[in-house]
Amino acid sequence: MSATGNPIRRATTGEMVGILIAAICSIMFLIIAGKTEHSGYAFHALVAMLSAFATIFLIGNRCFQPGQFPVPQSINGKPNYNMGPVKFATVAAMFWGIAGFTVGLIIALQLAFPVLNLDLPWTSFGRLRPLHTSAVIFAFGGNALLATSFYVVQRTSRARLAGDLSPWFVVLGYNLFIVIAGTGYLLGIGQGKEYAEPEWYADLWLTIVWVTYLLVFLATLAKRTEPHIYVANWFYLGFIVTIAVLHLGNNLAVPISLLSPKSYIVWSGVQDAMFQWWYGHNAVGFFLTAGFLAIMYYFVPKRAGRPIYSYRLSIIHFWALIFLYIWAGPHHLHYTALPDWAQTLGMTFSIMLWMPSWGGMINGLMTLSGAWDKLRTDPVLRMMVVSLAFYGMSTFEGPLMSIKAVNALSHYTDWTIGHVHSGALGWVAYISFGAIYCLVPWLWNRKELYSLKLVNWHFWISTLGIVFYISAMWVSGILQGLMWRSYTALGFLEYSFIETVEAMHPFYVIRALGGALFLIGALIMVFNLWMTVRSGELAGSESDTSVSPQLSLAH
Amino acid sequence: MENTYQWLAGFAQSAGLLYFVGMFLAVCLYAFWPKNRARFERAALTPLQED
Repeated sequence: MSATGNPIRRATTGEMVGILIAAICSIMFLIIAGKTEHSGYAFHALVAMLSAFATIFLIGNRCFQPGQFPVPQSINGKPNYNMGPVKFATVAAMFWGIAGFTVGLIIALQLAFPVLNLDLPWTSFGRLRPLHTSAVIFAFGGNALLATSFYVVQRTSRARLAGDLSPWFVVLGYNLFIVIAGTGYLLGIGQGKEYAEPEWYADLWLTIVWVTYLLVFLATLAKRTEPHIYVANWFYLGFIVTIAVLHLGNNLAVPISLLSPKSYIVWSGVQDAMFQWWYGHNAVGFFLTAGFLAIMYYFVPKRAGRPIYSYRLSIIHFWALIFLYIWAGPHHLHYTALPDWAQTLGMTFSIMLWMPSWGGMINGLMTLSGAWDKLRTDPVLRMMVVSLAFYGMSTFEGPLMSIKAVNALSHYTDWTIGHVHSGALGWVAYISFGAIYCLVPWLWNRKELYSLKLVNWHFWISTLGIVFYISAMWVSGILQGLMWRSYTALGFLEYSFIETVEAMHPFYVIRALGGALFLIGALIMVFNLWMTVRSGELAGSESDTSVSPQLSLAH
Repeated sequence: MENTYQWLAGFAQSAGLLYFVGMFLAVCLYAFWPKNRARFERAALTPLQED
């Protein structure tokens, strides 16, 4: 379909500015790469320079693309949705998901069999562990959130995504951040803050990307043709705004030089610890909860073909959740130098959080009332409903563990790891899998998934994996906690530390088995999605590509 | 010093209580206000009524 005339068009002001900024940055990065004495930092400067070159090419190349410009906001009275960035983020989510689950399996095996550390700095547990956590939380989860938020905000606002270059800047820039952060860990660059390991320059880049994300989201909402902002968008907005605030607060660091990756945080001592866990727990509360609740509020009703059980409950759920979550962080610092009252405050708010959490879970589950039979026939919906069950379970377990007396046993043990994974695998990953199973046929205009049977296999294999994982961690965590606190009649510790490590071995093997099953399930999913895009039947007639996404079981 | 701390702690605790109860009541009032009912019922259908 090549245009007959000259297809080259003049670049817009935005495109020219973009090219200019990228060109200036590429020179700056070259100078930094040449002058720094840190090889890892030089590598990152080169990656940044190549990204700037790629940006110049990608923007310039747009001027040679055929098609109407500026892109129309609507076609035949229907919004002309911008699904390119959504598709990219969906694919990236699956790519990083597989990478993150694989690294998780490797480090689980390293804990069971330390020889797998290979005695190399780059493959040691200490460097691979943040690679795993960042890959699953920020790369897999983050891309799932980018994809679904850009999808949901367009569809529920009935408006095209705001911005021309900026939506692409957000998804590509975010993934560049992931690459810089991940390779940094392997090269030994990191600021030693859990879930906030990236150094100052990666943090600055993420700030720029994130503010653009917020602006694109807000501008799209401003363009909406619907009178009401649907509740999922409120949750997305809460997630985006809070993550921006948390990221800035916890990363106020001063680099020792522009030519060094090393920086020092402005907070000191217990204030730094408090900031870190205010950030850390709200990464759970706003990244891993509010964002994924937004997914729940759109995709569960959509897939079930019924409106949310109670829209009014969803409003109370939203405001209660965000106003309580922000105070729960100090429960990570029980029995530390943090003042007692702050610890008690963190504990109290964590317990109160149980209520909005369960309110949200019930709201999601009850959406199926009158349609429970769909659980038997639709494994995608089943996956999302089970994710809500896991959400309910881990939001009950969390408040329980935040109680000081319980925390005295559970803190620093594998129980915490088990708790995190029942939330991360059971809730976050399952609701994301459910959403991506819905999204791929919609985005690529396919009638349905390649195989629902394979979804079933994915569901059962990975559910078995999660059960192995969390029960192994419960047993080993409580065992570990009890061994640490047991005294002999003479008042000496009964077990040496290494004895407690030895006792963990069988549970570490079971955990690794659970992780392997989860990874196998995800690989089945990738195959299923690949086949859906490659050979799935097209939805609707060829002439009308703007038909609504069909629920595979709607007829 | 001691007095300042106690005054501040007392203020934070009572003001905090009022603030959270007030917030919660305001949200409940907004959510359950009879006039808003139709709006929310329409909003709940948003994902299902796409073109």
